Amino acid sequence: MNGAATRDLFALAPLIIAFPIMGLVINLFIGRRLSERWVGTIASAAVGLSFVTALLQFAALQNTPDGIRVMVADWISIGTLNISWALKIDSLSVAMSLMVAGVSTLIHIYAIGYMHEDVRLQGDPGRFTRFFIYFNLFVAAMMILITADNYLMMFVGWEGVGLCSYLLIGFWYEKGKDGIGNAIAGKKAFITNRIGDFGFLIAMFLIFWTFGSLQFDEVFQSAEGAGTTVLTLITLFLLLGVTGKSAQIPLFVWLPDAMAGPTPVSALIHAATMVTAGIYLIVRSSVLFALAPATSNLVALIGAVTALLAASIAVAQFDIKRVLAYSTISQLGFMVAAVGLGAYVAGIFHLIAHAFFKALLFLSSGSVIQGVERGLHDSGQTNHETFDPQDMRNMGGLRSRMKITFWVYLIGGLALAGIPPLAGFFSKDEILADASENSTLIYILLTLAAILTAFYIGRQIFMVFFGEPKSEAAAHAKENPPIMTVPLLALAVLAAFGGILNLPTLQSLSKWLQLTLEQVQHTEFNVLVALLSFVFALAGLAVAWRVYGSQRDAADPMRRFLGPLFDLWENKYRVDEFYDWLFIKRYKALAFTLAEIVDWRFLHDWVHDTLLARTFQRSTRWLAEGFDLQVIDGAANNLARLIQGIASRLRTLQTGYVRNYALSIFFGLLILMSYILIQFSS
Amino acid sequence: MTTADLNVALPFIIVAAWACILLVIDLFIPADRKGLTALLAVAGMGFASIPVLLRFEESNRAFNGMIVQDGFSSFLQLLLLGVGVISVALAYDYLQRRKIVKGEYYTLLLFSVSGMVLMAQAGDLIIVFLALELLSVPLYVLSGFAAKSNPESEEAAMKYFLLGAFASGFIVYGIALVYGATGTTEIEAIHNVLISGVSNLGLLTVGAVLILVGLGFKVAVVPFHMWTPDVYDGAPSSVTALMSVGAKAGGFAALLRLFLAGFPEIAANLAPILVGVAALTLIWGNIAAIAQQNIKRMMAYSSISHAGYIFMMLPAIVDSDIAPDAISAALFYLFVYAVSNLGAWGVILALERADGGGLSIDDYAGLGERNPGLALAMALFMLSLIGVPPTAGFIGKFFLFRVVLDANMIGLALVGVITSLISAYYYLRVVVVMYMRSGDPQVRSERWLNATLWLTALGTFLLGIFPGPLLNLASRTGLFGLVP
Repeated sequence: MNGAATRDLFALAPLIIAFPIMGLVINLFIGRRLSERWVGTIASAAVGLSFVTALLQFAALQNTPDGIRVMVADWISIGTLNISWALKIDSLSVAMSLMVAGVSTLIHIYAIGYMHEDVRLQGDPGRFTRFFIYFNLFVAAMMILITADNYLMMFVGWEGVGLCSYLLIGFWYEKGKDGIGNAIAGKKAFITNRIGDFGFLIAMFLIFWTFGSLQFDEVFQSAEGAGTTVLTLITLFLLLGVTGKSAQIPLFVWLPDAMAGPTPVSALIHAATMVTAGIYLIVRSSVLFALAPATSNLVALIGAVTALLAASIAVAQFDIKRVLAYSTISQLGFMVAAVGLGAYVAGIFHLIAHAFFKALLFLSSGSVIQGVERGLHDSGQTNHETFDPQDMRNMGGLRSRMKITFWVYLIGGLALAGIPPLAGFFSKDEILADASENSTLIYILLTLAAILTAFYIGRQIFMVFFGEPKSEAAAHAKENPPIMTVPLLALAVLAAFGGILNLPTLQSLSKWLQLTLEQVQHTEFNVLVALLSFVFALAGLAVAWRVYGSQRDAADPMRRFLGPLFDLWENKYRVDEFYDWLFIKRYKALAFTLAEIVDWRFLHDWVHDTLLARTFQRSTRWLAEGFDLQVIDGAANNLARLIQGIASRLRTLQTGYVRNYALSIFFGLLILMSYILIQFSS
Repeated sequence: MTTADLNVALPFIIVAAWACILLVIDLFIPADRKGLTALLAVAGMGFASIPVLLRFEESNRAFNGMIVQDGFSSFLQLLLLGVGVISVALAYDYLQRRKIVKGEYYTLLLFSVSGMVLMAQAGDLIIVFLALELLSVPLYVLSGFAAKSNPESEEAAMKYFLLGAFASGFIVYGIALVYGATGTTEIEAIHNVLISGVSNLGLLTVGAVLILVGLGFKVAVVPFHMWTPDVYDGAPSSVTALMSVGAKAGGFAALLRLFLAGFPEIAANLAPILVGVAALTLIWGNIAAIAQQNIKRMMAYSSISHAGYIFMMLPAIVDSDIAPDAISAALFYLFVYAVSNLGAWGVILALERADGGGLSIDDYAGLGERNPGLALAMALFMLSLIGVPPTAGFIGKFFLFRVVLDANMIGLALVGVITSLISAYYYLRVVVVMYMRSGDPQVRSERWLNATLWLTALGTFLLGIFPGPLLNLASRTGLFGLVP
């Protein structure tokens, strides 16, 4: 491929964003008149074409490994602030867009089948089109985020995906607990993310203040010259943004609730793509984080603690999607810990592998849920209101009833647990190897999390697929149509063989990312760590099998073993309640104080009513009666009377006799002449 | 006399010749078809506007400087021809109502317009006088057009004629004195003599003052205004509408050209007189208007006061730096005054009854309820004449006052602003009566009248919001080579 052809390929880069936008515009304007099949096809094709474009960029990068800046338009130009909408095409952004577009395409196809059922179960088929419009919008925003060439453009994408997340969590906004649960979940996600966005914004202001630019290249070039303090501040505020978007401590509380959205949403946005934006941000800003070791250590610690905490909560959940949600938080913790340790490649590697197997798990869980719901329908039971098709205690024995779903779920689960040679093994192992070299504390935390991971995913698989069906619905569950199972199979292949991306010694992803990232450290494959983690994973699965493998009743045996600890985990460490007590209650109290005491009693009652209004009334009364009536009106009335008097006096001059008129002309002339006379004589 | 000369004078020639032809054609038009005459008169003025438009910004001299053409004359000619067309539209139904339909009305109107058009191009005092008579004499006749049924119309015509002749006498005398002092009647040549040193400055000054008196009579400034209320009141309203705009514009065309191009140095000497006349006109016109009960008389005093506003530009043009602004402000004001004033006269015509009643301000009671559209239009015209934003009148006054302030005549500006305030009293009284008192006004609704009202109301409103194009046009008038 010659240089000109490469440039032509790069010129296509904006299409990565343009295709999803085209898709959403088509569906927005004529989607209502199209059949579901067409709507779904258009949306999927748009994302598929985006994937193809990303592939072309990948091809073009083979020739120009340094990447390129593709200008789209000038955006803001104020004083020294010059921001253009340019796409940064390099190995990092292309790797991310390939993953996002690829996984999105599969999930879009799956969603055609899933949403077809879902809109009917929820009773509003008209929302089918809306779903795909939001979905395309999300992909477009995500691509803007990934290909951004400066922080502000990235922020645009960052906000865009946040908006789509909000819209899709509340997709069935009139449903949920008390008919408002889903809407509240969406609001919670949005507000929690706003706190993170606030951090991102402050970081952006600081960056502009320090470097005078928001463009990545310019900022990174002059990063060394900036002081450690300001860099630490910048990275800390960026970290706040990361904890919001990627659901880390302390802002992780929104992600489990976000499961209120339809399952493809959970798979795409809240597992595979959007939540990884935080990791992407750190990797993108790796230059800054490398220069701020204090923040990096904090990042690693936050990641590791989140990983362990979330994994422990996942152990005690019964909702099939909630288990996966906490699993996602936990796995994001792994990635954050990795990038905090400077293992950027390991972080990205795990990000991609996780996208494969977690998307797979979520989509399979969706398949399970719809299978159970269909079973509920077929079994003739009428307890639709009270029956929870997502509760694992209602499942069991689905192995024989949903064969494909079972097998792909198993692959996803084993990949998550870290069983070789599945993708999760290699990626997680790389993180653990890095941790073992850098920090014992992080290593221990992550290893514990890994054991719990194997345990909870084993627990889930055994509860759902093994044993006897624990409800009529589960007994009548049926496999889903191919439009849903085929994407599952494709994702299963990816989850199984995704490890090829960065096999030990081959290191293809490392070499690829090295083109963009300067601080890539080569971690040698650590046989001891790998072996250890494999053994731990097996142990976790074995314990799970021992406890849940042949369980017959719905009660959880672990509750007996762990006692209060299990309750604590089941209640998610009461973090929500703690936040409620610490922030929301205080906030409401403050709001009450401001509204009731400061605003109403002080400002309204006293300042306004007493101080201002009464004074004003008194002074206006004086002005009106004492001043206006007597002085002003008096003057005006007298003036008016005067002018009317003059007017009627003037009127008498208008005699109607021509002789008088002529005289007045003559008289006027006389005055003018006498003036001239006086002027000339003097 | 060459073709080029004739070409320069073409607008005047077309109107005048068309009037002569129409006089003959009209003989063959039956009495119940006089609308055709009206249409032909409009067509004639339309033709005349073509050469004006074609060479809008050109500067030409013809007949040895007797007739000149420049942006100033083009602007005024367009305005005057427009006023002529609107006057025909206003008159068409009115004449039928008052039962005074005669074809001669339109020919006389054309003759008068031809005089106004010629006045705009006058480059010589003789032409000024000729044009003045040409525009005045048909107006004398028109004022008495309703004489058969209405003795007041006859009285008005008589008064106007007598006093007009009296004033003409002053002008002729003035011209003679100027000729005696400078040896020429050509305006530019007078100026040349003046700057090269004139032997008898006193003679020239007296001549200038006499011309000022004569023209001051035409534009109706105090103390040469006495005829105005009586004539405006007595003449048929459609004639008054023409008079109040056309005759004034013609008079100001001569005044401005004479004092800027002819003897600005004299004007500098006369500045206190000019300021005094302007101030007196503003005060007298606006205060006397308050006492009027008849709307036509009120509008007469209103027209006197507006003459005062435009007259403020005369002392301002003395300063050659300000002169271009003063000229464009005066032209712009003439235009917006014409639009708003003709609109107001349109409303007056719509309410005037066949017996000549319906002219008291009290007759406007209840108009807001009975005919909201007409009342709204009238309110708009009144506001514009006061000079309230966002109407055209505000923009016009704004530029006038700015020029006055630029010329450092703060006292005059104060008088102008305060009298504007006083004028609100009588203009708003019409609005108050229309909206706040109940009554049963009889309103005449006719196609041409309504079209005129729409046009003027729209113009009043739009010029208040987008004055740019017209201002631009008024400021590009490049006054006869003197002002670049």
